[in-house]
Amino acid sequence: MAQSLAKEFTKGLWAEVPPFRLVLGLCPVLAVTTKVENGLGMGLATTFVLVFSNLLVSLLRNVIPSKVRIACYIVIIATFVTIVELGMQAFTYELFLKLGIFIPLIVVNCVVLGRAEAFASKNTPILSVADGLGIGIGFTLSLGALAAVRELLGAGTITIWNGATIFEMGASFQPFAFMVQAPGAFVALGLMLAGMNLIGSK
Amino acid sequence: MEYFELAIGCIFINNILLAQFLGNCPFLGTSKKMETAVGMSMAVVFVLVMAGIITWVVDTYLLKALGVEYLKTVSFILVIASLVQFVEMFLKKSIPALYAGLGIFLPLITTNCAVMGACLLNISKEYGFMKTLVSSFAYAIGFGLALILFAGVRERINLARVPKPLQDTSIALVTAGVIALTFMSFKGMV
Repeated sequence: MAQSLAKEFTKGLWAEVPPFRLVLGLCPVLAVTTKVENGLGMGLATTFVLVFSNLLVSLLRNVIPSKVRIACYIVIIATFVTIVELGMQAFTYELFLKLGIFIPLIVVNCVVLGRAEAFASKNTPILSVADGLGIGIGFTLSLGALAAVRELLGAGTITIWNGATIFEMGASFQPFAFMVQAPGAFVALGLMLAGMNLIGSK
Repeated sequence: MEYFELAIGCIFINNILLAQFLGNCPFLGTSKKMETAVGMSMAVVFVLVMAGIITWVVDTYLLKALGVEYLKTVSFILVIASLVQFVEMFLKKSIPALYAGLGIFLPLITTNCAVMGACLLNISKEYGFMKTLVSSFAYAIGFGLALILFAGVRERINLARVPKPLQDTSIALVTAGVIALTFMSFKGMV
């Protein structure tokens, strides 16, 4: 039991890490990764929704009729997204403003619906929570990594939380603004994916 | 003139795929072949315009009237999901030719964030009815334009010899970046 629990958790960190391996849920990945703090905030919000929707879907898996299951999953997910939305509005208002439209759009993030359909609807609640947590943390880390690359090259800084800069390039560094603009997002993600393929193939 | 400017802005400058990053999953998923790209684009035009109008009506006459705007997320996704289902059934019965063309792409639209995203954008910018109509249509056209252009480029790339780690999704993303770069040159036009 403990072994399979660890397996479900760790697969989300490398073997099935969402934006790279599953190529799902790309929209927030590309849009919010101009700063590390935005990337991490988005990742944590998605993790919360993922864990709780997985738990609830798994608990109700024998009750929900299979014909209307997608609609039921969407309602469950939308409920948790609303909770996150209201929570962030109350406690982290600045981050909420920066992430803007992408918080309600967690509802249509294919990672969340994909895990509900592919995993939680077939497995026990404990395993589903482990799966949601693993995939969520993998998603958060990949957002953080991509945002770190983009912010470092595009603005020369790395900000972790609330504008606290932990790293800054020297004064001679010329920011490469391309990286924090729209095209840079696609190119950076594509090259990181290529890097992961290179490491994975060895 | 105001509507024309809005439309140009939504198609080129704020292109929903390349500038707003909405709907990227179908962008990569259905762009391997020209045929599927055209099918997906048509389905998006069809659903996005209807979804834009209906969510505007729901928001203005139901949510705002009752003061329950926090239910926006839940109600919009339900509206879109049932709309897609309804359109699918309607087309199957009455226009089988169109259904055969759009068929498999319609269910995919429920989780296409371009549709939900465009509806939320219209609401957050507090557009009136006509503006909502124009911008929904223009966003959908912009989606189709970018998707079809991208599919054309991708069909050519399939013939090229790409280094192994860059193959498939990776090179597709870099290509999308280059296309996004060309769309950036429209900035400042309106």
